[in-house]
Amino acid sequence: MLKIWVLRHLQVSLASLGRLVRLPLSTLMTSAVIGIALSLPTGMHVALGHLQAISGGWDGAATISLFLKQDVQAKAAKQLVQKLATKPNIATVEFISREAALEEFRQLSGFGEALDALNSNPLPALLVIKPTSEQSDPISTQQLIKELEQLSEADLVQLDMQWVRRFHALTEIAQRGVFVLASLLGLAVLLIIGNTIRLEIQNRHAEIEISKLIGATNAFIRRPFLYTGFWYGLFGGIIACLMVNLSILTLDDSVGQLASLYHSSFSLSLIDTTTVFALLTGSSLLGLIGSWISVGRHLSAIEPS
Amino acid sequence: MINFDNVSKRYPGGHDGLTNVSFRIEPAEMVFLTGHSGAGKSTLLKLIGLLERATRGQVVVGGRNLTQLPNRKIPYHRREVGMIFQDYRLLHDRTVFDNIALPLVVSGMGHKEVGRRVRAALDKVGLLSKEKASPITLSGGEQQRVGIARAVVSKPPLVLADEPTGNLDPALSEEIMTLFESFNQVGVTLLIATHDIELISRMNKRILTLDQGQLSHDGLKQVW
Repeated sequence: MLKIWVLRHLQVSLASLGRLVRLPLSTLMTSAVIGIALSLPTGMHVALGHLQAISGGWDGAATISLFLKQDVQAKAAKQLVQKLATKPNIATVEFISREAALEEFRQLSGFGEALDALNSNPLPALLVIKPTSEQSDPISTQQLIKELEQLSEADLVQLDMQWVRRFHALTEIAQRGVFVLASLLGLAVLLIIGNTIRLEIQNRHAEIEISKLIGATNAFIRRPFLYTGFWYGLFGGIIACLMVNLSILTLDDSVGQLASLYHSSFSLSLIDTTTVFALLTGSSLLGLIGSWISVGRHLSAIEPS
Repeated sequence: MINFDNVSKRYPGGHDGLTNVSFRIEPAEMVFLTGHSGAGKSTLLKLIGLLERATRGQVVVGGRNLTQLPNRKIPYHRREVGMIFQDYRLLHDRTVFDNIALPLVVSGMGHKEVGRRVRAALDKVGLLSKEKASPITLSGGEQQRVGIARAVVSKPPLVLADEPTGNLDPALSEEIMTLFESFNQVGVTLLIATHDIELISRMNKRILTLDQGQLSHDGLKQVW
């Protein structure tokens, strides 16, 4: 009995597939509309993924500025540098002496003459500390900052990470945007499939009526339409996948050129398998739900007479 | 097999299809249902196939009280009732074989058994050579025989026919009636609605006559 049931499902699914294949143009058009609708959020999701991959590198670039107290002598500072450099969570420590800081400030700020008027150097010595890449997440970094603040030589510890945070906040918003867009376009896909199935039900009015006359259950009549919806969804998903990958391949050359101008070897990669899987599952599910809604609404209206 | 007890059917809008109809048809009977157009023949058949529900009274078919049968059980009831139509109601995008197989497929029968039964039914109606043909390429008589094969393929105990010879010439009608008689001989109950009086007067079977929704005569001879 179960074997027959599985066989029937297989037959119905293949029959609906065959029906779609026999009308390649209209099938392609409907699937393409679904594909375009789905490719937009998918493309944006992939683009965001790439942006996050780039900014992931920036997290490691976050540095901590440790300003030493005015009375710390150069020798003591050098010792501190050596002590910190051996710590496991610190990658590099760079010492900028008061003189070097003054020199840099003189060159970059253009207040050179004003500085000459001062009796003493107002600038503190500075250690630029870069945490190891494993320890560069916000929590570990915060921990490190606390540790550094405990040092008796430390005057002020500052994290130069504000802009990275802002960037993260922006990508967060973009991510929500993609989600909203995906929801709206998912709704559009539901409507497209629902409407396509509605037309299909109208076209097969006679068949439905006769099937009901000879004792077909609603589930039996519903089945081919659900499979049709499923196939439309799946085809749409595949088309979306192809379109996004095609766009990536088209853009890859120019992105590579841009990256090389920044001395980066960054290049776009095709959609990863998880996303492909999620996209195809999601689109098939949308197809199924869309046809389910449509079938539920329109099938009961057809009664034999 | 069929029991009508004071059955009335009033359509929305106040038109009366049937009024207080009572009769009983025993298993393995072959009965004709006749009357003028609009006398309620189709309505009566529709009540038996549950295409319509009675407004009042009780319809019992094969021991099932149709008045109380929930909607979800209607498909299973219809599998027990073969229906034949004046306009054949075949699916023109499928072969003769697939048309006849439909009732078996609907009830979830296995592939091999379907093939065997469909060929047996085709053999019975004399269309074994046409199994791969499309219904539109067949003549009216052949199409009706496909319709009949579809109605009997699942071996229902009861077969209803609504003007089965309405579109056929006398010779073909005769053939169809002979076919019905052969089913009746193996124990199938038949209820055939027709206004072809000449044809049924020759058959010497029980005749139910409807007149304006009321049963006006029940017996062997036709009386208008």
